[in-house]
Amino acid sequence: MAEKTYLQAISDGLRQEMQRDKRVFVIGEDVGVYGGAFKVTLGFQEEFGPWRVIDAPLSETAIVGGCTGAAIMGMRPVAEMQFADFISCAWDHLVTVAAKQRYRAGTPVPIVVRLPSGGGFSGGPFHSQNPESSFAHIPGLKVVCPATPEDAKGLLVSAIEDPNPVLYFEHKHLYRRIKAEVPDERYLTPFGKARVHREGDDITVVTWGAMVYTADEAAKQLEEEDLSIEILDLRTLIPWDRKAVLESAKKTSKVLVLHEDTRTGGFGAEIAATIAEEAFEHLDGPIKRVTAPDSPVPFSPPLEKAYIPQIEDVAAGLRELAEY
Amino acid sequence: MAIAREAEPVSSLREIREAGLDRDDLLLTYRHMLVTRGIEERGHILYKQGKIPGSFYTGRGNEASAVGVAMAMGPEDVGTPLHRDMGVHVTRGVEPWRIFAQYMGREDGPTKGRDGNVHMADSRLGLIAMVSHLPAMLPVAVGAALAFRIREEKRVAVGWFGEGASARGDAHEAMNLAGVRRLPTVFICDNNQWAYSTPMHLEYACETLADRAQAYGFEGVVVDGTDVLAVYREARRAIEKAREGGGPTLIESMTLRMEGHAVHDDASYVPKELFEEWAKRDPIERFRNWLRENAEFTDEEEEQLAGSVKKILNDALSRADESPLPSPDSLTEGVFATPEDLDTPHHK
Repeated sequence: MAEKTYLQAISDGLRQEMQRDKRVFVIGEDVGVYGGAFKVTLGFQEEFGPWRVIDAPLSETAIVGGCTGAAIMGMRPVAEMQFADFISCAWDHLVTVAAKQRYRAGTPVPIVVRLPSGGGFSGGPFHSQNPESSFAHIPGLKVVCPATPEDAKGLLVSAIEDPNPVLYFEHKHLYRRIKAEVPDERYLTPFGKARVHREGDDITVVTWGAMVYTADEAAKQLEEEDLSIEILDLRTLIPWDRKAVLESAKKTSKVLVLHEDTRTGGFGAEIAATIAEEAFEHLDGPIKRVTAPDSPVPFSPPLEKAYIPQIEDVAAGLRELAEY
Repeated sequence: MAIAREAEPVSSLREIREAGLDRDDLLLTYRHMLVTRGIEERGHILYKQGKIPGSFYTGRGNEASAVGVAMAMGPEDVGTPLHRDMGVHVTRGVEPWRIFAQYMGREDGPTKGRDGNVHMADSRLGLIAMVSHLPAMLPVAVGAALAFRIREEKRVAVGWFGEGASARGDAHEAMNLAGVRRLPTVFICDNNQWAYSTPMHLEYACETLADRAQAYGFEGVVVDGTDVLAVYREARRAIEKAREGGGPTLIESMTLRMEGHAVHDDASYVPKELFEEWAKRDPIERFRNWLRENAEFTDEEEEQLAGSVKKILNDALSRADESPLPSPDSLTEGVFATPEDLDTPHHK
């Protein structure tokens, strides 16, 4: 057990899997010699060679499509998109080919696509997005959004082991800011099991990724106001832990759904609808959403700050619910 | 002036034997072509009888191209054939009754009614099922070749596309990656001159599509796609070259799509003279004549072959008709793979 950053945990998990399973290889832009734009695969090419840590041309379509072909031939590819935003170029290969191949042709496609996502550093409209809900909507894809270093490693191992295409959203803002104890040995963090980040009785916050920490700061503020907030970190959106969400909703009777992605059709809408359908009788207030507005991610700091849900936004939402 | 090489026809039994096919193989090739056309002709009838839901596509005119390439593939090689390439499925050994079951949306089709027409593949035969987004299968084929390269296996991946699909970015990215990494890939362009109603000069501006190969750093060849032996010889050369580490080849196989895009389409936009001209080059008729002239193909052999193909098709149709329709209860089965699904010849 050692203290590691979120980024080191991803890197260590990936390295361990490559050491134990020769089928696992990495492909992406600048992942080899350079070690990746964020240095997740730094030193990998020296250790595993240029045919297991492959510097690809600037070709997201060929990278993800190529992973699909290699996976069907028995490999366990891990593709890196330099930024999650660039996954739009490979949409067809995830949605049209990989997602549907098991259903229609009986051929599993065990690939992992690593997606450095999220804003908070003036990355602008093309280096800051959180496109998870677009993929959560596609039957056949799994969607993973770790929030802690321990989960970052365990969910990556599970993603590589999973027989399906898995989109692994790693939040860039957490890379070096979040540090915690991470077990040295190999372990799998199961998909579809939410983590209780903070226990509480009055209001439930359902969230994932970097927003877990925003929610936590808000909860600390409200603790001083004698409000006890429960925070559920979903960890994975497909599959998502409906049971844990419904149980918590029934316990607290008030729910706030929080995400950094935009509002309309965001995954929060699915959660809210499910709670409304299945726990309506238990609710003492409307289900509240705190999300980014329906706009592209802006560049300039005051605009970006207004875009990404802040601690005050969450606290205000919680107070509103408390008073309802 | 075109950059790509133009393939020569095969003029004798000796020449084709040197390329890899003996007389028995030639008769087998002819048989695969007859079965291919027979399946699609019977399919057309089934469609008119209302037994095939959705639409129906044929590859009439492309039989030589599909069968010729598939005959050149090794048993461990893999491919991503498209909707004009029924001959690849037939040659690799998909049982015709399973194809009819697929057409009719039955439980015993390779996709169990989850997908229709030629959107199918038997992975045990080294084939990967196509999607409608045609050039999307090229990066997949390149990925298969990448797996072979990583594992240092002497296997080759064959990726098919059409001249219409050549206009999309996937085709470029796939060929570029294969070229940069010299992956064991053979690209087959079924150039049948028409992408639905769009003629080839509105799909690309170079003289031949095979010319593009040079830009990707590998060899391009144009072959007469109605000449099964020329197709075979070029495909075999390219496949063996790739197997020995010589990198990819792009083969452009020229044909004419002899029917509409799908059965609903009367192809009235194709000049009549073009159909008449290419009808004289029917690949099956052409190969039959070649066999007669060069391989002492007898009346007796021909009759026997026709009889056995007819029987295969009749038996296949009745067996497929006995296959049940899928149960609605199974609707969401298999959306996600389970670990047991990885127990395939490839994933092991």
